[in-house]
Amino acid sequence: MARISLNALRHAYGPVRSDADYALKQIDLTWDDGGAYALLGPSGCGKSTLLNIISGLLVPTEGQILFGDRDVTRASPTERNIAQVFQFPVIYDTMTVYDNLAFPLRNRRLPEDRVDARVREIAAMLELDRDLTRRAAGLTPDAKQKISMGRGLVREDVNVIMFDEPLTVIDPHLKWKLRSKLKELHQRTRVTMIYVTHDQTEALTFADRVVVMQDGVVVQVGTPVELFEEPRHTFVGHFIGSPGMNVLPAEVSGGVARVAGHPVLDAPVIPAARRLEVGVRPEFVGFGTTGLPARVVRVADVGKARVVETRVGDTRVLAVVGEGQPVPDGDAHLVFDPARTALFADGWRVDAKGAAA
Amino acid sequence: MKTENQRAWFLVAPVVLLVAFNALVPLMTVVNYSVQETFGNNQFFWSGLKWFEEILTSERFQAALGRQLFFTFTILIIQIPLGIIIALAMPRRGIWVPVCLVLMSLPLLIPWNVVGAMWNIFALPDIGLLGYFLNQVVGIDYNYTRDPVAAWITLIAMDVWHWTSLVVLLTYAGLVSIPDAYYQAAKIDGASPWAVFRYIQLPKLSRVLTIAVLLRFMDSFMIYTEVSVLTGGGPGNSTTLLSIDLVKIALGQFDLGPAAAMSLIYFLITLAVSWVFYTVMTRNEGK
Amino acid sequence: MDGLRFLPRRFWIALIPILYIAFLLLPIWWLISMSFKTTNEILGGFSLFPQTWTIENYMVIFTDPTWYSGYINSITYVVLNTVLSLAVALPAAYAFSRYRFTGDKHLFFWLLTNRMAPPAVFALPFFQLYSAVGLFDTPLAVALAHCLFNIPLAVWILEGFMSSVPKELDETAYVDGYSFPRFFVTIFLPNIKAGVGVAAFFCFMFSWVEMLLAKTLTAVHAKPIVATMTRTASTSGYELGLLAAAGVLTIIPGAIVIWFVRNYIAKGFALGRV
Repeated sequence: MARISLNALRHAYGPVRSDADYALKQIDLTWDDGGAYALLGPSGCGKSTLLNIISGLLVPTEGQILFGDRDVTRASPTERNIAQVFQFPVIYDTMTVYDNLAFPLRNRRLPEDRVDARVREIAAMLELDRDLTRRAAGLTPDAKQKISMGRGLVREDVNVIMFDEPLTVIDPHLKWKLRSKLKELHQRTRVTMIYVTHDQTEALTFADRVVVMQDGVVVQVGTPVELFEEPRHTFVGHFIGSPGMNVLPAEVSGGVARVAGHPVLDAPVIPAARRLEVGVRPEFVGFGTTGLPARVVRVADVGKARVVETRVGDTRVLAVVGEGQPVPDGDAHLVFDPARTALFADGWRVDAKGAAA
Repeated sequence: MKTENQRAWFLVAPVVLLVAFNALVPLMTVVNYSVQETFGNNQFFWSGLKWFEEILTSERFQAALGRQLFFTFTILIIQIPLGIIIALAMPRRGIWVPVCLVLMSLPLLIPWNVVGAMWNIFALPDIGLLGYFLNQVVGIDYNYTRDPVAAWITLIAMDVWHWTSLVVLLTYAGLVSIPDAYYQAAKIDGASPWAVFRYIQLPKLSRVLTIAVLLRFMDSFMIYTEVSVLTGGGPGNSTTLLSIDLVKIALGQFDLGPAAAMSLIYFLITLAVSWVFYTVMTRNEGK
Repeated sequence: MDGLRFLPRRFWIALIPILYIAFLLLPIWWLISMSFKTTNEILGGFSLFPQTWTIENYMVIFTDPTWYSGYINSITYVVLNTVLSLAVALPAAYAFSRYRFTGDKHLFFWLLTNRMAPPAVFALPFFQLYSAVGLFDTPLAVALAHCLFNIPLAVWILEGFMSSVPKELDETAYVDGYSFPRFFVTIFLPNIKAGVGVAAFFCFMFSWVEMLLAKTLTAVHAKPIVATMTRTASTSGYELGLLAAAGVLTIIPGAIVIWFVRNYIAKGFALGRV
């Protein structure tokens, strides 16, 4: 087991004519040994590419991958000693469930008694023990995917186990169960796990640390709480949280950031940027007697809270209001929690010192 | 799920009519001849199963059947593994794929008698490239018109030349339909190239390979034109396969009864073997 | 292969298809080379390339009506057969892919059995049948006879392609008020274009390469090129150059057809349903 470092990684699938041809633009990232990571981003953001580069199925166009101190950039998946579970079930049709699970171990010439012990342990965990002697081809997609996952989990000595959206084909009620199994297994074995998904709930419930990607770039690495409270990029604000962060066009002058001419935030430095925005999560938007003038358009009850849709000019601003708190009709004034409101320059958060993060 | 609809018969009717016209009427004619005897004056007498008994017990038929089985077995043994090896070695993507596919399909679109004629010319001992090469350069005494062994080798080489591409193309079609994830998973699982073939490719190919074996069995069992042009069944009777013998009896000697009986036996053998394949194939699909 | 490490593994793998294609092209090249030789040169002895190139063999074929009409006859019945087979196979394949009806499974197998009937078995009864209905020695006779094995094949291929088109397409069209013929032609057919192309390719191919039935069902007026060739070979002795030239000319239509369907070949050979 080892810490995995990615240095100045770039990858393009075809010839490179411009920067836009890179599927991965520039990745510098370290995965600590024993961590439970989620790799989160929309479809086509480069998550799977990154995963395949770590596992050795792809060789990056530029850059370096280190396992501990060893450079494995060009090493095969077998040499890297990693495990990977794919989005859709991959099973060996002609083998029994037992042989499927034993396959990665037997390929590495493990003694048969060790194989047997591991296979039974994993099968029990995934509740496949009753199907062990059946042919894998005849099983349901759920069970097939469990076999695929089992083959990923069966080896003890791997450097990292990677999951590429493994629960896509699984029934919703089983999804939750399998995810907690994985979490439990991680806590017991402390093997590094990287879990790729485009579903924020999956990412936030599974991982200790979440890596958010967009357009071939890592936009933020952090704990679920950090991602929620201090998004480094408007994309993270949008993508995580439901509803996502409000992003409002702003201008900065005289040390104050203004939305629609109304001051909302102190901004000591004017960043050099083409686009300035103020971001605030709906959870931190309240109503007051003074503040940003807005118009209430719609109120939706989502159970424990109400989502209030307002308009500032033509811009939509959402507010989440707890139960029992009043919601004004028609014209209203919005108040942003200053500690949870931030200025973004060209999408990137401007911290107190004024530099784009 | 398909819906039950008896009016579908209207859509099928033209096919049934056309095929029945072509299949049933001649088949009835054959059955009719096979149970009668004639002395050439358009008078027919009921002869029961006499012709069938005669054919089945005749050494001539048994010998032809033996040659036919040997031929079919040999070309299957060569073409199926060879076709798989070539398909595995072919590129999966890139500009060479259509080039390979087009060149490999070429023999399949040459009229069968031209295939025979082409190999006839190619293998001529004195002025054919193959014959000249074997005789003059390698120094083997090779003459397919005189020597039964040489005739058989030429015949099998011709069929391998003519039909291996069918196996290649079927196998290749099966190979490219295997998702990349399977190969990736195998790499992660540390599988050897042999294990990849044995546990991923071969199982995924089982359907196309059944079709390949079925088609090659049927077509090789029915082969007539190529052989008749290449060797005409000779030298002697050494390459007289079932269909060659049948045409000799039917058109050469005009022995309608025995020819018809033989046709039916021949047809039934093909049908029986094909039916076994078909059942195996559809049962595997049902799983 | 240890001693050969200086070349990469990929080279040895690439060598397999290259050698195979070379093996395929060798007899074809020999046929072409032969077709450009004079009769004297062919009979005079072995030569790798024509010593004196001649197009006389081709000139004979293009000027002698017994030769070139053979080509016209062949093309005529092949095209007729392809059109006919597709026209009846399309609705039938649709029925098999969409509906269950009494006897459907048996019917499908019965159709396939006709693909298994050795032409040698049917040669004589075919001759009698087509003489009786007065079609003997017409291209239509050959086109109809070839339906015996081409229709089952076309139904089989088309059914595979059609089954991969979701049924919702049909249902939506019917809900939108399309009649069956209009739906079939304007919506369904464009969806299975590739399948129709592949089926046409196979019909063309099997009709073009078949000789026994084509020869049996024709005499003078509709004699196909393949029959002209065999008769030339037997009657006028050793006109190898002429035979070779005729052979080369029979390869060309096939080569053209392959070129058109080259991008569908792999899928076509999977019969649309691997």
